[in-house]
Amino acid sequence: MSAGDHLFEDRTPGVEEHESRASYLTYTVGLALAILATIVSFVVAQTNLLWAPGIPVGLIVLALAQIGVHLVFFLHLGSGSDSTNNILALAFGVLVVFLILAGSIWIIANLNSNMLPMPML
Amino acid sequence: MTVVAIDRTATAVPTELAHGRGGGGPASKRIVVAYGFWIFILSDIIMFAALFAAYAVLRGNTAGGPIGAELFNLRNVFIETMCLLFSSYTCGLGALSAERRQPGRFLIFAAFTFVLGAAFLFIEAREFAHMVAIGAGPSRSGFLSAFFTLVGMHGFHVTSGLVALIYLTAQILVQSLQAAVLRRLLCWSLFWHALDIVWVGVFTLVYLMPV
Amino acid sequence: MPLGPSVRHCLAPEVDMFGKLTWAAIPFDEPLPLISGIVVIIIVLAILATIVIKGWVPYLWREWITSVDHKRIGVMYIVLGLVMLLRGYIDAIMMRTQQAVAIGNAQGYLPPSHYDQIFSAHGTIMIFFVAMPLIIGLMNFAVPLQLGVRDVAFPVLNSVSFWLTAAGALLINLSLVIGVFSRATWWGYPPLSELAFSPDEGVDYYLWSLQISGIGTLLTGVNFVTTILKLRAPGMTYMRMPVFCWTSLATSLLIVAAFPVLTATFVMLLLDRYLGMHFFTNDAGGNQMMYVNLFWAWGHPEVYILILPAFGIFSEVVAAFSGKGLFSYRSMVWATLGICILSFMVWLHHFFTMGAGANVNAVFGIMSSIIAVPTGVKVFNWLFTMFRGQIVYRTPMLFAVGFIATFVIGGLTGVLLAVPPVDFVVHNSVFLVAHFHNVIIGGVVFGVLAGINYWFPKAFGFTLHEGLGHASFWCWLVGFWLAFGPLYALGLMGMTRRLEHIPDPTWLPLLLVAEAGAIVIFLGILCQIAQLYVSIRTREQRLDLTGDPWNGRTLEWSTTSPPPAYNFAVLPKVEAIDAFWHMKHTGQAPVRTAYEAIEMPRNSPAGFITAFFAVIMGFSLIWQIWWLAVVGFVAAAIVVLIAAWSIDREHEISASEIAQMERAGVG
Repeated sequence: MSAGDHLFEDRTPGVEEHESRASYLTYTVGLALAILATIVSFVVAQTNLLWAPGIPVGLIVLALAQIGVHLVFFLHLGSGSDSTNNILALAFGVLVVFLILAGSIWIIANLNSNMLPMPML
Repeated sequence: MTVVAIDRTATAVPTELAHGRGGGGPASKRIVVAYGFWIFILSDIIMFAALFAAYAVLRGNTAGGPIGAELFNLRNVFIETMCLLFSSYTCGLGALSAERRQPGRFLIFAAFTFVLGAAFLFIEAREFAHMVAIGAGPSRSGFLSAFFTLVGMHGFHVTSGLVALIYLTAQILVQSLQAAVLRRLLCWSLFWHALDIVWVGVFTLVYLMPV
Repeated sequence: MPLGPSVRHCLAPEVDMFGKLTWAAIPFDEPLPLISGIVVIIIVLAILATIVIKGWVPYLWREWITSVDHKRIGVMYIVLGLVMLLRGYIDAIMMRTQQAVAIGNAQGYLPPSHYDQIFSAHGTIMIFFVAMPLIIGLMNFAVPLQLGVRDVAFPVLNSVSFWLTAAGALLINLSLVIGVFSRATWWGYPPLSELAFSPDEGVDYYLWSLQISGIGTLLTGVNFVTTILKLRAPGMTYMRMPVFCWTSLATSLLIVAAFPVLTATFVMLLLDRYLGMHFFTNDAGGNQMMYVNLFWAWGHPEVYILILPAFGIFSEVVAAFSGKGLFSYRSMVWATLGICILSFMVWLHHFFTMGAGANVNAVFGIMSSIIAVPTGVKVFNWLFTMFRGQIVYRTPMLFAVGFIATFVIGGLTGVLLAVPPVDFVVHNSVFLVAHFHNVIIGGVVFGVLAGINYWFPKAFGFTLHEGLGHASFWCWLVGFWLAFGPLYALGLMGMTRRLEHIPDPTWLPLLLVAEAGAIVIFLGILCQIAQLYVSIRTREQRLDLTGDPWNGRTLEWSTTSPPPAYNFAVLPKVEAIDAFWHMKHTGQAPVRTAYEAIEMPRNSPAGFITAFFAVIMGFSLIWQIWWLAVVGFVAAAIVVLIAAWSIDREHEISASEIAQMERAGVG
């Protein structure tokens, strides 16, 4: 380790700068799963494989699954103790994203429904 | 008032304080930098969320102009998606090579990542140019403003990422794979994977989602 | 193919090298801005001349401008905030005076277009360039010291954050003398803020100065989340952190989560104005309520960003000056985190009246009432801390007690407003104006003033004059209630916000009381200026030699006043909450240990230079001088790339140097 790493001394005894927990296999498995999810999404959107009113939900589930694949296989977000802060931060971010998306859609839909009939916007 | 002098020696910390309750002392630079960048990425995701929300709300406001189904070419979108996904893959392999101090391999993977990312941008730029040419530019309607801004903001991030990749590669060539440079590579990889995550949202919610 | 008007203009062959900027932008024909601009320019030039003539430039450059030391950056933020407080206050007294005289046939002295700029500038400046810098400055100064570490996680980024904030402040002040400021209030709602109804540069000044300073603020949020979660002295578990650090953490999380929304919203409005897009326009499918929705999705967390550090300061101050540990530390922490999460679930209460149905209003109304609960928990904790304590009424404690009384009332009016049917009556009346000034002045301003008085000796090595501190407190307290108490009544009597002319003469007596209150607040500000002046002149008589003037409880009081650049020669080992109090009272023997070399970050001009080019870029974007905007952007990018190239960022302070400094500092 170069001199620059001693600025804030690592006090945890015995823990080295650890090797990446990843390997070629991890990334390859992640890629394969992501390709699968993508293909299924495109197929679901363009065919009648899924019951039509269920397509939006299906797409969202597939997208969330693929995002999960990215987080686990590419970003190595796991269950190790070092990851706790990362996962908490992610959870906070996900909550805020959900509130902004769901909240905005709900609020604006509610406002739009209270509008008088207007010429096509 | 007297102040009892303080023993400021910091000897090894008892193990019960180390993990879990956060008493292990300041973390190493690698952890600090990676976590800080992770927080920054989350803030960027939230910015995208606001743009996604605007898109969701303005999706139907086509002002008598073209609608999404008329404009989107899903075959191109699939190719773009594969380009970006594979570039994430090669980015990961490049990061592995860098960690294992294999600069030659890293450069090969970095080149692939760059080319795939550039291919993504090329296809997207062509799509935008085509839409503008047929009168479906961002100033045509609220829907198109939201589309161009959301997808364009993602493309802007991809462009910045490619510029940064060139800069980082130059730094690695000149200053070799030292710890500080590796930390930056780690951040760059985080950024690149996050962009692919955002793209999953884009192709699902913008291109595939039925109106 | 339709392009935005500005793009069309810049593609036209006859484009002017100076964009929209002409001599007509200087308000030669308007005495008020002209004279105030001239006065400010003279003052600034005089200060600059003094600095140059006395040869202080190298010192300032080396010790302050390029400093990446959190203590220095904190002080600079506070200086910025206090200076901008003067500008924001002048806006306020101008409005108060206009409202006190423009009744019946009298038209007052401010034409409507000026008055509109003044209330827009007042809100923008007070929120973004007074309150934010002041709380961020205090966080900067105190958090690393309280955590027992040497600096924040990213010191150079910290400097960049400060200078970008200063850049935004400079841009907004330029609007006083070059061109006009926005007339679209401090929120900038479309369609008023769109090109069709605000074709001049005012809204652009607003948008660009806030985008630039917003980047700085976001980076601060990232910096402090990382610092508080990843950099603490050994043994300082999460539940041993001072409460001010917990509230700073919550604030930083809110900054990281909320400011991106504001950035995105302003990007969309900028795209509407510059490239003719239709996010929020009246035509072609824009939706103005989406702006309102997104703005307040940022705006509500913003007010908690402002108040949470103040709550933290009061937790420190009340404990220190009651001679007791804070009552129920755990519930304080949970209340803080609860407020942090809940603050994202209430934002619609800022626009109850704008068309949502009863179910939506009810949900947000209930959430807004619920968020009062954790704040109530905090208030009771402070009261129970004081109960049976040995209370010492130093200036910070006066502000704390004044805060509890004032803020609770303001919070109660907030809970009133959270009830949609009540809000339908008083929304956009001065009742609302009274409420938010009640909580911001009673909460944020009192908190900042308490914090400044509390930590001043640590920063500068001598205490502030106590008598003038007391005087300033009483002026602020009395002045606030005189200025804003009447507004509650006026709001219920039907007076709306932002009136440039008063339609109902029966409101005059209350408006005169409000004017008197504004003058009393000015006396408070004068007392503070006097306090600073007198304290500096008599500093030899009030030196803080022990580093612990208040018999404090937290780690910052274990250092000398001021602390050395590296804060702690050896990082303290923490064994309990109120780590320093614990150390003082468990009688640990002094040990002169051998010191190890410390690596500290080098100074960096990157922040200052980047901000310089950000000002150029912002100004040229506002005036549509496209070539200069490109130059500014490219230059800023080059600065960043050059600064990023070097990875050797630290310099070493040798063990013998440290031993020398420690010997000199102690005793």
